[in-house]
Amino acid sequence: MELALNQPAPLLKRLSWFDWLFAAIVTAGALFALSRFGGFMDIYEKAILLAAIPSLAVFGWFWKPFRPLFIVVGAISLFAVSQYQGSLTRMEEAFFLKYLISSQAAIMWMCALFGLATLAYWGGLLARSEFTMKTGSTLTWVAVTMGFIGLMVRWYESYLVGADVGHIPVSNLYEVFVLFCLITAMLYLYYEARYQTRQMGAFVLLVISAAVGFILWYTFDRGAHEIQPLVPALKSWWMKLHVPANFIGYGAFSIAAMLGVAYLLAARGILASRLPRLEVIDDVMYKAIAIGFAFFTIATILGAMWAAEAWGGYWSWDPKETWALIVWLNYAAWLHIRLVKGLRGPMLAWWAVVGLFVTVFAFIGVNMFLSGLHSYGTL
Amino acid sequence: MNTVPHSFGKSLFELLSSMRFAISLLSILAVASIVGTVLKQAEPYNNYIIQFGPFWFQVFEKLGLYDVYHAAWFLLILTFLVVSTSVCIYRNAPNFVREMKSFREHVSEQSLNAFKHRHEAATALPPAALAASAQRYLEGQGYKVKNLPREGGVLLAAKAGSWNRLGYLLAHSAIVMICIGGLMDGNLVFKVQQLLGYKKIETRDIPQSQVPAISRLTPSNPSFRGSVQIPEGSSADVAFLNVADGYLVQDLPFTVALKQFRIEHYTTGQPKSFESDIELFDRSGKKIRAATIAVNHPLIHDGIAIYQASFADGGTRLTLRGWNLFTPTAASFPIEGTVLQSATLTSAAGDYTLEFIDFRPFNIENMGGEIAASGDAMSVLGGSPVSDNRHLRNVGPSFQYKLRDSRGQAREFSNYMLPLELDGRWYMMSGVRESPNEPFRYMRMPLDADGKIDSFMRLRGALLNAGLRPEIAARFARQALPKDAWGTEIEGKLTASAAQVLALFAGGGFQALGGFIETKVPEAEREKAAGTYLRILELAAFEALQVANRQDGLPAPKPDDATGWLVRDTLNSMSDMFVYGAPVYLQLMQYDEVKASGLQLTRSPGKNVVYFGSLLLTLGVFFMLYVRERRVWLRIKPGHALLAMSSAKHTIDFEKEFTQHARALDTLVQ
Repeated sequence: MELALNQPAPLLKRLSWFDWLFAAIVTAGALFALSRFGGFMDIYEKAILLAAIPSLAVFGWFWKPFRPLFIVVGAISLFAVSQYQGSLTRMEEAFFLKYLISSQAAIMWMCALFGLATLAYWGGLLARSEFTMKTGSTLTWVAVTMGFIGLMVRWYESYLVGADVGHIPVSNLYEVFVLFCLITAMLYLYYEARYQTRQMGAFVLLVISAAVGFILWYTFDRGAHEIQPLVPALKSWWMKLHVPANFIGYGAFSIAAMLGVAYLLAARGILASRLPRLEVIDDVMYKAIAIGFAFFTIATILGAMWAAEAWGGYWSWDPKETWALIVWLNYAAWLHIRLVKGLRGPMLAWWAVVGLFVTVFAFIGVNMFLSGLHSYGTL
Repeated sequence: MNTVPHSFGKSLFELLSSMRFAISLLSILAVASIVGTVLKQAEPYNNYIIQFGPFWFQVFEKLGLYDVYHAAWFLLILTFLVVSTSVCIYRNAPNFVREMKSFREHVSEQSLNAFKHRHEAATALPPAALAASAQRYLEGQGYKVKNLPREGGVLLAAKAGSWNRLGYLLAHSAIVMICIGGLMDGNLVFKVQQLLGYKKIETRDIPQSQVPAISRLTPSNPSFRGSVQIPEGSSADVAFLNVADGYLVQDLPFTVALKQFRIEHYTTGQPKSFESDIELFDRSGKKIRAATIAVNHPLIHDGIAIYQASFADGGTRLTLRGWNLFTPTAASFPIEGTVLQSATLTSAAGDYTLEFIDFRPFNIENMGGEIAASGDAMSVLGGSPVSDNRHLRNVGPSFQYKLRDSRGQAREFSNYMLPLELDGRWYMMSGVRESPNEPFRYMRMPLDADGKIDSFMRLRGALLNAGLRPEIAARFARQALPKDAWGTEIEGKLTASAAQVLALFAGGGFQALGGFIETKVPEAEREKAAGTYLRILELAAFEALQVANRQDGLPAPKPDDATGWLVRDTLNSMSDMFVYGAPVYLQLMQYDEVKASGLQLTRSPGKNVVYFGSLLLTLGVFFMLYVRERRVWLRIKPGHALLAMSSAKHTIDFEKEFTQHARALDTLVQ
């Protein structure tokens, strides 16, 4: 009788053979990387790699679709690496590299696929076609796959440029924009499955498309896709933790803002019949801000600890630091209102939308308009 | 009911602990923080005066806008935040702890009936049996359950997610802790001392040993963040703290000596690492330890962290050759200099002070002009992220100096040691500017076949030499005219014209020639006249080179393209000479580089407090956001069960869970 009550079994008993296979692959992959590339890592980077094993395994157990994504990205990236045969000129010669899976080709595919996914989500939303929206989801998944392949291969390429040049591709605005697209898309895909609704994709993909637009402009107009060596200040293992944590925050806040737009439109009756119930939009918006806030807190703390090691103080009131604080305060206030006051509705939706502007300024505006330690112009 | 008038204290307590006050504070703090990011902080005060003018400069200074984050009003906001948060904790903590422990077992059946989330079921099971299975179920769901006998049955009181409230306590105490840690590392103690007149900021530019005790901080100072520049082979036992428009001297408990400072470069020329080999000595001169510090790899000794922060020239010794630009000879003189020091230069036009500012062993210049935009779509799509750095080139050492005349007017110069290739020819480059905001304008002096500027200097001397002018003009006329015209009146005229052109040019370059043409030649004929004059000048200059070579016992110049360009470039460069603004050109022959490393030294006792607060904050945030506090009551009477559920936040997840529990009850009662 009690079996029917759906009691949660202990975690380890709930795991399938695929979960264990996945964990084994993650472990084998990490250990392979450690033995093969350990010479390029310092003790902290090795520790990060080892800590990534349980983190990725548990994350895959928690969010099942991550397992095939990880395996496919890993397999194709390894294939791409094998195609290089240790020489960058192969990028122009090998068919797969040239048209599909060299870092730049893969990232351009990611851009194109995100664009198509946006169209599909909107087409599906307007035509009330579940199938079209499902196509949007699939396209988004493929885009995420291509994007991750692009970053993985870029990581490898950077070492081909020069053994001392190589670094994780989260070091400049171009690379972190790709990362932003990927994290935002993954967060959205998680909520999409969790809430069994695809309509919100139309709005979330808009902000990803905007980032894609920036990537394209940055590539074609500024040649920003070139791999540049790291300035001394960035040569630290902290980068591997600080930057991704930050972008979980940025990505989540962006999703919240786009859902804020959806909420406000639906509340005025625009697209209301096509979008999920207001409570659902509101709930996802809250969840996005919650996860964003948690990771942004971690990222800011990690940033402070890095700053203590690189600049001689954990807090220097540098414009980037200060704007991180402003973003943090903004969402702290949002959560206070929501959690303590229990307030819901258009006011918080508006606030989430405005929050995006604050976040975007902290993300790009500071680098563009304000000078400071984060500009990396000088030592 | 009678209303009790609130006392002031009580009202203040209410205000400080109110949510509205907290949210206002968060918003005010955010807005106030923006100020310091828009206005560049801690610049030299002169920059602000230039930017805002004297009136607004003073207003902004009074408002503390040049150091917003240490201004009294900003600290006041932070203080309010700490007080408000503390009061909030004080007010809520006892209640929260009670709530965390409590099962709310005294809830009456009547109030359970009033719950919005309640579910009733009829059952044939005896209350004790149902209670037992329900308790197992709830415990399986992560609830803590209390089984309480109640009139005619049982009350199960269950709770889950109490850590949510713990999260509140952790996160809010963390904020207080972080602010206190920050305060410990702030300059509050100094501010109080300054206010009371115990300490004063030093604003004079004097050697640190002469800075009086009132502007010095003792080694026991618990917290500071200062910097110091040490040349290679030297040491320092103080650090400088920049405060407002002056500085303080922080005496260190040890002496830092710099053995060597190194910069490594990538193959593309960008800097790869900055490292300093340092040694620490105690006050008695005993060596304590040696270490190499680099960016991201500080040395921590005795609670003081030493960071690689910057670098500069530490007094490179320069061996120079001075060329007088306006003498009719090509002689040069030797001169020695040291960066950061001055020398006197005596010339016919008066004495000059030479202030050596800087030396740069590397200059990475973009020689490709514009950075090539990847306009070609295919090159990007199929393309390579490998950067094309071919246009970046190290053009070698350069040194910078100021030449100050007797009236105190100074121009800044930047001379490269090595020649640069421009348009396929090689030049020595010397840049000049009037103020630091301007870009350098370059005078380029052509090299001869030997790769030296001697030919340029020789030709320049000959062209300035009035005594040679008749001979040069005569030679030019002979060369220009066919043999049958020699000795005629035409030759005389041509010689005179050439002499005049040469004299004009020697007096002011092309500008002087142009001025002459504008005043003497009718407008319609100016272009033609200018062409003619230029032609005369070039040919005469070639003759001048012949004469100069012959005088110095050198072989005659070959009448080839190279000589042609040498002559043309010399004329251009001589013309620039008149606006160069200095009577000499200093050519760098040799250098003995001495680098200086900029170190930052900090002592921050609050760091660990801040880090511990950060840990609590992270835990607290996760507990608050991801642990949902829920309570379930199950009142079981013979034949009847009432399930009620409550939570502070009625989210979709809560609704789902309630539905699940209701269904579970329906199953359990059967």
